[in-house]
Amino acid sequence: MNERNERIFGVACTFRKPADVFHAAEKVRDAGWTRWDVHTPFPIHGMDQAMGLPRSKVPRLTLLGGVTGFITGCLLTWYMNSYDYPLIVGGKPYWSAIYPFPIMYECTILFAAFGTFFGQFILNRLPHHHHPLFELPNFARVSDDTFMVVLEAHDPKFHVDDSRNFLQSLGGQEITVIRD
Amino acid sequence: MAHAHDSSSERPAILDKVRPAELPRPKLILNDRGFHWITDKVCGIVEEPTPLWWKVLFGVALFIASFTGLGLFYLVSTGTGTWGLRSPVGWGWAIVNFVFWVGIGHAGTLISAILCLLRQKWRTSINRAAEAMTIFAVMCAGIFPLFHVGRVWFGWWLFPLPNQNGIWPQFRSPLEWDVFAVSTYFTVSTLFWYMGMVPDLGAIRDRAKTWWRKAFYSVLALGWRGGNRQWSNFEMAYLLLAGLSTPLVLSVHTIVSFDFAVSNVPGWHTTIFPPYFVAGAIFSGFAMVLTLMLPLRAIYRLHDVINQYHIDNMCKIILATGTMVGYAYATEFFIAAYSGNVYEKFAFINRAFGQYSWAYWIMVSCNVITPQLFWFKKVRENHSLVWIICIFVNVGMWFERFVITCTSLANDYLPSSWGYYSPTIVDIFTFFGTFGFFSVLFLLFIRFLPLLPMAEIKMVAPQADPHAH
Repeated sequence: MNERNERIFGVACTFRKPADVFHAAEKVRDAGWTRWDVHTPFPIHGMDQAMGLPRSKVPRLTLLGGVTGFITGCLLTWYMNSYDYPLIVGGKPYWSAIYPFPIMYECTILFAAFGTFFGQFILNRLPHHHHPLFELPNFARVSDDTFMVVLEAHDPKFHVDDSRNFLQSLGGQEITVIRD
Repeated sequence: MAHAHDSSSERPAILDKVRPAELPRPKLILNDRGFHWITDKVCGIVEEPTPLWWKVLFGVALFIASFTGLGLFYLVSTGTGTWGLRSPVGWGWAIVNFVFWVGIGHAGTLISAILCLLRQKWRTSINRAAEAMTIFAVMCAGIFPLFHVGRVWFGWWLFPLPNQNGIWPQFRSPLEWDVFAVSTYFTVSTLFWYMGMVPDLGAIRDRAKTWWRKAFYSVLALGWRGGNRQWSNFEMAYLLLAGLSTPLVLSVHTIVSFDFAVSNVPGWHTTIFPPYFVAGAIFSGFAMVLTLMLPLRAIYRLHDVINQYHIDNMCKIILATGTMVGYAYATEFFIAAYSGNVYEKFAFINRAFGQYSWAYWIMVSCNVITPQLFWFKKVRENHSLVWIICIFVNVGMWFERFVITCTSLANDYLPSSWGYYSPTIVDIFTFFGTFGFFSVLFLLFIRFLPLLPMAEIKMVAPQADPHAH
């Protein structure tokens, strides 16, 4: 990276059709880029493969949440109805895995949902209100009907002019340099 | 949002030999509407100046909601005796209304979660509004058990929080299971609804012209940028939440039915209750979805995204679940006769021919007979008629809960303790007002949040396929 790239976030290029941006993504992937993204108004089928993205890590957080929830449900019912204040109901054992099962079940789902919901936002690094892309005038259309490939300056392959030419060769329409 | 990636580039040789007929797939979006049209349509609802009908309806809804406020104020300041509850019927309208509203919520989760797992693409147009309906219906439902505890200021004792008595909730009680089930249901539905809405809130933010609008939607959209790295996690989380909501929604009405089934009152103590309640919940919920969506479709001219195919599907689900409910009514009678238990037999004969037979036959005619009209295409295409049938279903499902709750309690084991339950004006006010409360919330939702999920509708448009030619 040379001196004049310092204040540059990357280069953006728009596409009009899902198929165009899809094939462009495949070429960027094959060229060996690592710090780049494809911004779309909706998730495009197969784009993860086209970009060469690994499987999302959200399920791990879901599992973590679910296991935590199940254990919480067990401990909660055991501590409250058997340990701290044992309740005698019909001569039954103070705690068994059967009667509080609905509690354990609901706690598992609740915590797994927390893991999924917050996990998704943590992995996506949201909320993130200040981002160089928001300064781009045509970025507003990306949530509407425009598709955008962004090559970031942090990528070792990045060079402003080369990257512009590369995006040009992919059939991109408006090519803009994003200032940081 | 499913993940399937078609790689059907190679055509099996057998297809050339047998030459299968091309089955036209029903179109989800009519008139070949593009992505921009969808954005304009949905954002336009939020961006247009507040229409007069909205202001009028909002005022009316607030007025109706005040009935609940009034009813509850009178109840709390005077005592639970102001409700029609007295021995032998200790569970009257409050529990009926609770089950009614929770049941309505279930269709929203069915559409957003179960139909997502089943890859029913038609769900996309209606899922946002249906999920909103779920959340608001659960809020209405929550009012009743909360105030039914009598001293509402001790309502927090239902939760596992330390209190000055040093005692904890009793986890063997189905009522306590219900606290966990319904509060989990409300929380998870809200998370699911909000997460699905984030990309659409981003779309509204990107079009915002005024400062306050930009600020409002920016905060809600959390800085969503629609990068595929974000979509990848988003889609995975969406699928997982759908997978979690499915067992959740089935468990919620199962546990609601445990409130009855775990007791030993004749007519309640039956194993058919969980599936029967879940089917009834979906049945009433879909009726409510159509009750809300048909007028909205007409007002906002959403005919291209909510078309006859969507309405047909919903009518067919109402028909299927309505028939299941009818089958369950018949099974209850059969099991009562087959059990040889005199109390059980009496409970059902009494339902159909006893002092509440009027309610029983309203229930049967609304829930079993009216939805059968949906066998006919002509009926499904007549939207005014569909709307009226859905109102009948809503009424019928309220009566179902009334019949279950009141007939069994009013005439149980000992004839000397039998009685007849009637609601008081306070009961009626409180229930009537919840429709206003629901409408207030729903109208606010229409006005300020994306009514249809734009990103998901764009996803099922034919031009969204990157392999289309």
